[in-house]
Amino acid sequence: MRWYIGRRVLQVIPVFLGATLLLYALVFLRPGDPVLALGGERGLPEAVQEQIRAEFHLDEPFLVQYLLYLKGIVTLDLGVTFTGREVTEVIAQALPVTFQLALMALLIEAVLGVGFGLLAGMRKGGLFDSSVLVLSLLVIAVPTFVVGFVLQIVVGVQLGWLPITAGRDPDVVSLLMPATVLAATSFAYVLRLTRTSVQESLSADFVRTARAKGLSRAQVTGRHVLRNSLIPVVTFLGADLGALMGGAIVTEGIFNIHGVGGTLFDAITRGENVTVVSLTTVLVLVYIVANLAVDLLYAALDPRIRYA
Amino acid sequence: MPDALPTTGATRALRTAPRPGQEHVAQPLTEDLGAVDAVRTQDAPAGFWREAWRGMRRRPLFWVSGALIVLVLLVAAFPGLFTSIDPRTCALSDALDPARAGHVFGFDRQGCDIFSRTMHGARASLTVGVLTTLLVTVVGTVAGALAGYLGGWADTLLARVTDIFFAIPLVLAAIVIMSLASTRTALTVALVLASFGWPPIARIARGTVMSVKNDEFVTAARSLGMGRAGILVRHVLPNSAAPIIVYATVALGTFIVAEATLSFLGIGLPPSVVSWGGDISQAQGAIRTDPEILLYPAGALALTVLGFIMMGDVVRDALDPKARTR
Amino acid sequence: MRTRRLTVLTALGLSGALALTACASGGDDGGSDTATADAGGGVVTVHNGEPQNPLIPTMTNEVYGGMVVQNLFAGLVYYDAEGAVHNEVAESIESDDNLTWTITIADGWTFSDGTDVTAESFAKAWDYGAALDNKQSLSYFFEPIAGFSYDEDVSLIEAGGLVVEDDSTLVVTLSQPESDFPIRLGYAAFFPLPEAFFEDPEAFGEAPVGNGPYMLDSWEHDSSITLLPNPEYTGERTPQNAGLELIAYTDEDSAYNDLLGGQLDIIKNVPSSAFATFEDELEGRSANQPAAVIQVLTVPQWLPEFQGEAGQLRRQAVSHAINRAEVTETIFSGSRTPATDFTSPVIDGWTEDIPGNDVLDYDAELAVDLWAQAEALAPVGDYTLQIASNADSDHQTWVDAVCNNIRTVLEIGCEFYPYPTFDEYLDARDAGAVPGLFRGGWQADYPAMSNFLGPLYGTGAGSNDGQWSNAAFDAKLAEANGADSPEDAVALYLEAEAILFEELPGIPLWYNNATGGWADTVEDVEFGWDSDPILYQVTTSE
Repeated sequence: MRWYIGRRVLQVIPVFLGATLLLYALVFLRPGDPVLALGGERGLPEAVQEQIRAEFHLDEPFLVQYLLYLKGIVTLDLGVTFTGREVTEVIAQALPVTFQLALMALLIEAVLGVGFGLLAGMRKGGLFDSSVLVLSLLVIAVPTFVVGFVLQIVVGVQLGWLPITAGRDPDVVSLLMPATVLAATSFAYVLRLTRTSVQESLSADFVRTARAKGLSRAQVTGRHVLRNSLIPVVTFLGADLGALMGGAIVTEGIFNIHGVGGTLFDAITRGENVTVVSLTTVLVLVYIVANLAVDLLYAALDPRIRYA
Repeated sequence: MPDALPTTGATRALRTAPRPGQEHVAQPLTEDLGAVDAVRTQDAPAGFWREAWRGMRRRPLFWVSGALIVLVLLVAAFPGLFTSIDPRTCALSDALDPARAGHVFGFDRQGCDIFSRTMHGARASLTVGVLTTLLVTVVGTVAGALAGYLGGWADTLLARVTDIFFAIPLVLAAIVIMSLASTRTALTVALVLASFGWPPIARIARGTVMSVKNDEFVTAARSLGMGRAGILVRHVLPNSAAPIIVYATVALGTFIVAEATLSFLGIGLPPSVVSWGGDISQAQGAIRTDPEILLYPAGALALTVLGFIMMGDVVRDALDPKARTR
Repeated sequence: MRTRRLTVLTALGLSGALALTACASGGDDGGSDTATADAGGGVVTVHNGEPQNPLIPTMTNEVYGGMVVQNLFAGLVYYDAEGAVHNEVAESIESDDNLTWTITIADGWTFSDGTDVTAESFAKAWDYGAALDNKQSLSYFFEPIAGFSYDEDVSLIEAGGLVVEDDSTLVVTLSQPESDFPIRLGYAAFFPLPEAFFEDPEAFGEAPVGNGPYMLDSWEHDSSITLLPNPEYTGERTPQNAGLELIAYTDEDSAYNDLLGGQLDIIKNVPSSAFATFEDELEGRSANQPAAVIQVLTVPQWLPEFQGEAGQLRRQAVSHAINRAEVTETIFSGSRTPATDFTSPVIDGWTEDIPGNDVLDYDAELAVDLWAQAEALAPVGDYTLQIASNADSDHQTWVDAVCNNIRTVLEIGCEFYPYPTFDEYLDARDAGAVPGLFRGGWQADYPAMSNFLGPLYGTGAGSNDGQWSNAAFDAKLAEANGADSPEDAVALYLEAEAILFEELPGIPLWYNNATGGWADTVEDVEFGWDSDPILYQVTTSE
């Protein structure tokens, strides 16, 4: 096991190189010329544009740019954005709030999704199962901007139960609403995955054996059904963490959270190559850690899975 | 989507060679604990699929969801059968007018007939949604199943490639790929969405396969001398299909919405193409004043997803030998 | 996703987002009365966004940083709500020939760090802003000053364009007569800088020191900027509140909801989703009036079907096919005002009676007729008109409406042509590669007609993106620039506009209104000609 983890950690290096190279190629191939946009509609004088291109090495060939970037990573000096802020500072500012938001969303979707899915799966075809189906259809078909907007107006503005936006001081209370909105779509996945797995497990031999042995329904559920149903769910949750961190653009906008999703999106549209690649690389690390954790959880959930 | 799975030579041969007694095997002896799977290892695939089909036909849910899907497909293929109004001929003087004779859903902000747009929007949305889902499912299942089943270096390689693909922001990739593409069609959009949508399904397939490959019936099949490929296709995959199907049916809806996001950013379908997703994002500006115009494209999307989710349920039940025995 | 981030765009690009004014705040013009100074004891929270550049005046080319800098610095002149020019740091600005300007600086002005504001504070700041190697975004503002160059790094002081005669006298020599030069001097590019700036420009950009009504207390990136009244300030814009907190929002809808929920005092732009309702919802605490922003469909010279006689007819046909009144009413719920010229109603000299502006009237029959005439001359047959724009703010809605007009009236195709990023859009424009008409938005930097005409339609001008060129128009502009009085200049600018109406290098659509709102916790809120709320005069109610 220790050997397995060590190997996985070592594998971070090729993944890192591969991901940054691919990403750098993408930002390099991105159409348009970011320096043009710096002057707005009016543009900057040609000579100034040239100076800026030189300053950011935009006039260098692809490989040189990429190697300069790697050098920046090694020396922990990623340079500045077009707006003059340290890239590391921009990332350091966006990460904590995003991490908190994503973890809260993950918790919400895991608890509610698994809970509802379990109940629905145990009584397949019942009233609860059908209501839950309707609920999951709702969160799939109703776009995030609507869910977020309606919650914000009702809970925030009209009832005043929770802060309307979380921009100024993001804490657990002000992030509760955005985390719920962010969790909505994933909740549908978790719910349906749990429900199906529970159903499968219920009909599996070992459950029937357990029941035959005289274990109570609750015991069977807790000890056998749930545990055995969790593998796809846990896999999904692990894969979802990174998506929640990098893809919360709409939710962040609605609740005025200055996090990774919005920062990344802006950096992409502005052509801030170093910011894009660096932020995304952080997300890669999150994926790697989350997926490693999931793989280790497999062994706990299903003792037959072993890592050498 | 079992039909989409690769068929090895061995399975094909087996499929075409029905054996005597198979119906008995597949319609087993109800509560006879433990025996079921062991017996099934000798079962031929042809019987398995046919049995699945037979099981599905018996379910009313199958016919309901089937009818829903056929209806949606019909609308997508021939919107002209359902409406004679051009979805792109609009008069601002009609903007946001309520329903009236001949215009059952009323009008949107541009004064376009919402019913007509909902009918005509089906094609693009469904093409993108279904195509992306198929691609993602096939690629993800193959990659994930191989990684989970083979383990070792294959697992390492595929898992690390998955890590890299996970990380690439869809918006960035879409900006680059769409600007390189000469034409923007539902196919190119589906390709872009699928290129970056397969990793979760690969992870799910891998995890499930890793667990299922240790099941007793697999051990039994191996001890009976069955080949690795045969075991994967005939035993492991059908028993791992449930989460994959569930994920795919839910993902269908999210892909349809994702198309709208790309189109909104100018990197999806051309603006002249009518789609549900496009109408949903255009309704955003009216959310405070006229949220009801959102109802129709979102409702159509929900019905479509409902059809596929129910169908997925039926298929899953049919494929699950344990569930079937009850 | 859609409202996301207009931030890349400069002021100008923000068609969806500009704002405001004060129809409701009943007649107090300006705030020079200090009587209520202690009444407004509170801090006012205001909707803004994260500035896109260091807070250096000559770097500030977008609205978010602009709002901060306007309150941190005092220029030679300032603009009141109506755009009228008043001396601020200047005692007088004089010239006999519109070429050599003698600027006298009033006594008693200091920066908030205690150093004096002198002629040199201006000369050195402008010299720095103009020098190529300093890469300042607003360097083009110094183009008229003698010695300026776009090609090499020169010092305006060394070149003799700026001469400091003594602490209170600055002599500026221009390279050609500019009758409206004094009007420009209230713009951020012309603000003074203290010595501290030149010692460490980078640190200054994070913590600027100014001579304006407020001084910077703190700047928390991506969160808020706090300004406190500057005790050293001696001008007319005396703060009537205890300070300002400018909150960075990325989405106008969230700012508006914060306002509704009592978490914010003033929003400077109303989100498009609330255009129809905000005036009722805010019970009169709102502004909705034309501002110095115009939207135009630029007709580029590289489209052959829009050149020559037939092209002229097509330009007119397209213009007549657009029902501006209906689009502004239906799509924008009255938050846009149909255009009647190429400038803006808030600009001195504006009139709706320019010869030839009836080409902006909606007339379906005439449009069809004109298009048919063009087809007879040089047919394009089954034609699809493209209307291009960047896609990263919600332009599609109005383009769709305009296209519906054109499709219905002219019975030709018409489609939105989006570019995914702003720079890709600029790139295509610069390269002459846009395959159709494109969106041109223009927000004035300073309240003068010249600012709407020269930069956009002068031959080879910086923002003449359609590459239009007309000798008669250029001559008329030059004549106006050299006019003896502002009144004479206006008359000539109107004649220049008449030429634009004949040729239609762009098809004017509408003026963006300033739309804004405030909570019942604040009073005396007024929005200026530049769409921003005038913050120093705001008082708090409690």
